[in-house]
Amino acid sequence: MAEALAKHAYTGGAHAPARKATFELFARPTAKTGLVSWLTTVDHKKIGMLYGGFAILFFLIGGLEALMIRTQLIVPNNRFISAQLYNELFTMHGTTMIFLAVMPLNAAFFNLLIPLHVGARDVAFPRLNSFSLWVWVVGAILLNVGWLSHFVPSWKFGGAPDVGWFGYAPLTSKVFTPDLSTDLWVLGLQVLGLSSIVASLNFIVTIINMRAPGLTMMRLPVFTWMALVTSFLLILALPAIAIALVEVMFDRNFGTNFFEVSGGGQPILWQHLFWVFGHPEVYILILPPMGYVSEILPTFSRKPLFGYPIIVFSGVAIGFIGFGVWSHHMFTTGLGNVATAAFALATMAIAVPTGVKIFNWIGTLWGGRIVTRVPMMFALGFIWMFMLGGFSGIMHSAAPADAQQQDSYFVIAHFHYVLIGGATFALLAAIHFWFPKFFGRMVPEFWGKVSFWLIFVGFNCTFFPMHFLGLNGMPRRTWTYDSNMGWNEGNLFASVGAYLLGLGIFTYFAVLVWSLFKGQRCGNDPWDARTLEWSIPSPPPEHNFAAIPTVHARDAWWYEKHHQEEIAREKAEHIKAEESHGGIHMPDQSWYPIISAFGLLVGAFNFAQLHHPVMMFGNQVLASHLPLAITGLVILLAGCYLWSLEGPGGYHLHIAADGKVTESRGDH
Amino acid sequence: MSSPAATGHIDHHHDHTTATGIPNKKLLWWAFLASDCMFFGALISTHLVYRLNPPPGNAVPTQIFNIELTSFSTFILLMSSLLMALAVNAIQRGNIRSTRTMLLGTMFFGCIFLGGQVFEFTHFVEVKKMTLSNSIFGSTFYTLTGTHGTHVAIGVLLLGMMYVRTFKPASGGGLMLNFLHLLAVAVTFGVAFIWFVPGMIEVIYGASFPELLRHHALPFAAGIAGLVALIALGRARGAVEFGEKNAIDVEAIGLYWHFVDIVWIIIFTAVYLLEYL
Repeated sequence: MAEALAKHAYTGGAHAPARKATFELFARPTAKTGLVSWLTTVDHKKIGMLYGGFAILFFLIGGLEALMIRTQLIVPNNRFISAQLYNELFTMHGTTMIFLAVMPLNAAFFNLLIPLHVGARDVAFPRLNSFSLWVWVVGAILLNVGWLSHFVPSWKFGGAPDVGWFGYAPLTSKVFTPDLSTDLWVLGLQVLGLSSIVASLNFIVTIINMRAPGLTMMRLPVFTWMALVTSFLLILALPAIAIALVEVMFDRNFGTNFFEVSGGGQPILWQHLFWVFGHPEVYILILPPMGYVSEILPTFSRKPLFGYPIIVFSGVAIGFIGFGVWSHHMFTTGLGNVATAAFALATMAIAVPTGVKIFNWIGTLWGGRIVTRVPMMFALGFIWMFMLGGFSGIMHSAAPADAQQQDSYFVIAHFHYVLIGGATFALLAAIHFWFPKFFGRMVPEFWGKVSFWLIFVGFNCTFFPMHFLGLNGMPRRTWTYDSNMGWNEGNLFASVGAYLLGLGIFTYFAVLVWSLFKGQRCGNDPWDARTLEWSIPSPPPEHNFAAIPTVHARDAWWYEKHHQEEIAREKAEHIKAEESHGGIHMPDQSWYPIISAFGLLVGAFNFAQLHHPVMMFGNQVLASHLPLAITGLVILLAGCYLWSLEGPGGYHLHIAADGKVTESRGDH
Repeated sequence: MSSPAATGHIDHHHDHTTATGIPNKKLLWWAFLASDCMFFGALISTHLVYRLNPPPGNAVPTQIFNIELTSFSTFILLMSSLLMALAVNAIQRGNIRSTRTMLLGTMFFGCIFLGGQVFEFTHFVEVKKMTLSNSIFGSTFYTLTGTHGTHVAIGVLLLGMMYVRTFKPASGGGLMLNFLHLLAVAVTFGVAFIWFVPGMIEVIYGASFPELLRHHALPFAAGIAGLVALIALGRARGAVEFGEKNAIDVEAIGLYWHFVDIVWIIIFTAVYLLEYL
């Protein structure tokens, strides 16, 4: 049965043709394979894979940017790249890794896992989900389009953004960055924020409302809990930066004075608004990785997670306190003693729930039968490396010490320990862990371990010396340095480490690509795991569950494995009941999410260069980009309008006793 | 959604297909409104920060505001919430005629509020000489109240789409008719809040009505054409698909509408009333 279902999922013929709806401009797409099926998909698994694929692409691009930075710094007084290009590289390295690599990789796992974890057939709003994906792609294009002007001189974007990933005012004002790169950066981030908010609203509703029978909130897998907390952080934190970006955009294009000192504006307001978003963002990046690790550790310790309620509660507490610590990024701006003390205390307080989680993970390992497969090794690496990042984080929370560390390489070391040693290690563990589920093939153990050790050693060689470089006074974002500063050895060591880390990352993904085609095939549950996604075939069929599961325990699949008769009886009943209601309802694909996103691309791209004339082959064709921006807006509105009239549509799947799946369209 | 065919009765307060009993759409709107709170929070904070730390030569709000007019349009906006509630109530009872009337009423009250804002902005720029760029108060004031106005305008558009949707035929096509109907709504209400309501306020303040008609002849003609189309298209056209089962859709837009009202109460207090303490 499993194979019949799996075969049906992605390789079967086209769907039954869609019935003509009341409002219809052109026929709904029904292709199941090929380009159209991916562009119009509403399947959370396909959307998750697209997110993952794009994110890994940008992860590699961001990595190349980092290697260029490290090459420039390998010896003193180097002239490998220009100072201007260096500015673009560190800006885009940060922006790419945060918004185009780690966040969308987390979004990929949200998409892939949340519906499976809650026992649902898709997210609550499948077309909205597709819209989030394509809007994210639009944001990625806007951020990176500036690179083109290095290759095609007639495209005058002024290069890639070069204002640093937190774009402090007044550097972003027209006086200091007159070219288009900053406008594209502003709109790119704005569009990415829209994508994240829409996606998060969808996940919140999915997790709260689409839980299978018996799946109480305190039975949710920890990953899904962390996804819920992260989604709330996103919808509440992103508005702050959205407004800040609007204010910069107005300052640059419409003559307002929000951050213009000459007009009464105060640049410090940018810092506050940015970090009101920026600090919760840190937890947006790290909470989902804490979730992956909380799924992986128990599986390979052959024990239930230690202290589940405490881990969940700590995650929620981190989310709450995360909104009250933003000014620890601004200790040197002169907030006043009371504010500084308050933010220092809150920062120390947030270490407590984080530490509690570490102890819970150690408690999970304690007395377990530990199996050191590759995901487990990355997860163990996560605990250790994330703790080191946490220790330097605590050092920053002491405001007087922070005043010394501000803007030095010590800070660089700290946040790479939490973002590579923490978030990335957990993501690499998660990719390895869930790869068999979504591709039906195992990644070879030996090459996985080789890549782990290369990454582990390379990572520490790169970033551990940076602690000392920072304490010896090396400032961040410095293009080059003199040979008599005492920074030569540390930088050489870090750069060689970076190459090793690059080799490790290359090995990791090369092995993944190999496994995609040649990996050993696997069954439903290769790791003998605990959560519901392992109860269905690998790769999962498009409808996920033949019968919506009833959840009896926190480790739902573990319980099913040990109560097979009871579960088989239950499932047969569910299938029968669902068939009597017309079968499994599946949503139809749609063109409108991607059409709307295309409108957004046209609109935002032209809005960014609003006051510039439109040139074509060296001739001016329009005095400004306003007509083109309006065209984009019209496409967006038309897409949304037709989308809203199209209706969810849908068809039904029927599962026969032998596991064969048939489709039908009817009035049921 | 609960199946009305199965039960013959629609429970408007409980959706048995979701884990919490709250319909998905409603939960989505609630979560979005939480997010929207933060958008307005950031804008109101920006305004207050600069209001409390004004640079020399900043505009003096009490010399600029027309508090009587803003109080009036605030009152109208609050009353539109009443009509919105009546629209939700009507559709929950399956009364489509009354739902349509209440939706149009809500939209019209929204347009009176928006018209007041258009008048206010024009007046501030042309008479009081406060622009987006010549003082920080102008920057924060126009951005904050403009964002709110955009919310109201989007609300009117959503209500318009809902209104047009109540005419969706039970079977057959009708996309073109739907589009024309929405176009008529957009033109009528657009002319109402951009030209008609601000013009009437000017007439109240002593401008001449015939002069106004001559001055804006083209938009007014378009508005009247839109109104005629609206009346013609609004006549009953056989069985419609819209009904009591769509109560959740109306209620979801209602949530947004009430939220925009509540935000205005906060803005009106923080931006206008506190200046008169």
